Amino acid sequence: MNHETVANILLTTILPGNFVLAMFLGMCPFLGVSQKISTAFPMGLATAFVILVASVSAYFLNMVLVYYHLEFLSVITFITVIACAVQLVEMFVKKQFPVLFRQLGIYLPLITTNCAVLGVALFQTARQYNFVQSLAYSIGGGLGFTLALVLMASLREKLLLANIPPLVQGTAIALIVGGLLSLSFMGFAGIGGGE
Amino acid sequence: MSQAPSNFDEFMEGLWKQNPVFVMVLGMCPTMAITVSAVNSISMGLATTFVLSASCLLISLLRSAIPKQVRIASYIVIIATFVTVVDYAIQAISLDLYEALGAYIKLIVANCLLLGRAEAHAAKNPPMASLWNATGMGLGFTFGLLCIGGVREILGAGKFFGIALFGDHFQPWVVMVLPPGGFFIMAVWLIVFAAWRSRKQRASADHASTEEAKA
Repeated sequence: MNHETVANILLTTILPGNFVLAMFLGMCPFLGVSQKISTAFPMGLATAFVILVASVSAYFLNMVLVYYHLEFLSVITFITVIACAVQLVEMFVKKQFPVLFRQLGIYLPLITTNCAVLGVALFQTARQYNFVQSLAYSIGGGLGFTLALVLMASLREKLLLANIPPLVQGTAIALIVGGLLSLSFMGFAGIGGGE
Repeated sequence: MSQAPSNFDEFMEGLWKQNPVFVMVLGMCPTMAITVSAVNSISMGLATTFVLSASCLLISLLRSAIPKQVRIASYIVIIATFVTVVDYAIQAISLDLYEALGAYIKLIVANCLLLGRAEAHAAKNPPMASLWNATGMGLGFTFGLLCIGGVREILGAGKFFGIALFGDHFQPWVVMVLPPGGFFIMAVWLIVFAAWRSRKQRASADHASTEEAKA
């Protein structure tokens, strides 16, 4: 059993243990949808919601799997549940915010293959978090993901005004900016009571 | 193209022309998360290659049987099955390696490269062609991981495949094996490849203009 406190988990996952910048989960949307704040923020929230749903369902699913000694099925069941949750979010966004739906494009269904979502389900199982701890872990993870995405988007909006050498343009400069962000997030190490 | 590409072309496309790491920039999560050493990179690359080849072959065989509406879900379940196989295989072969790679083996399921290849190639092509294409892509992915992992291990730990390269006076550049190093090394490789490509383009343009002048 794991004895980390809720506040500890929450702070750690948002800042020094940020899913994107420290654990490299969810790199594709981080590089793909971070051109504008107006799409980055809703994308972050949608992912955060899916992470929460996935985490809660993974917790109960894991209880069932452990009870029947079917742990080897965990990857398959988790990913199926995640795919269903994403489908739900996609239908909701399409109905309520059609403009946003067009802007997010292929990246919305791709939340299914966002490592952050499956990562939460797998890591909380591996660390043997209880229900409250898993909840804190998934909320912190979702908020951290949104924070990283919005920070990155605001930096990239500024980058448009900068004079970048043609060789470095595109993904390369985005990665360098991401590296610097990651470096600065490392400065928060220990804020949640130490790793 | 007028004729179907040969198996060799399919194979080379993934290995070099459409390299998943440096050209398509797919599957970034494992690319940067586990490339702290060359051994980790190679094992992750080979595991991904196996899953990619096996699932693309199966998807290609089943491509007329899978209904269009539920194809993504079916692909994911097929991929997840092979990932479970690899997960248990690595656990049986080497427990150290299993602990080093951690949950990232299971996260192969969420690697965009796999679903991307299944959707873009295996669902439209005959089994042999997609098997070759998938193997090429997988080895190209392994090559990309090794490029990043090798550099990070040399700079960050002073070793290559666990063998110390420099004497005791070597000060490890620790940040290179930490997360920011992953971003920086990946960016440097992208710049190197961009420079190489633009130089080749310029060379061929020069060549064409001299040909014209001669004529």
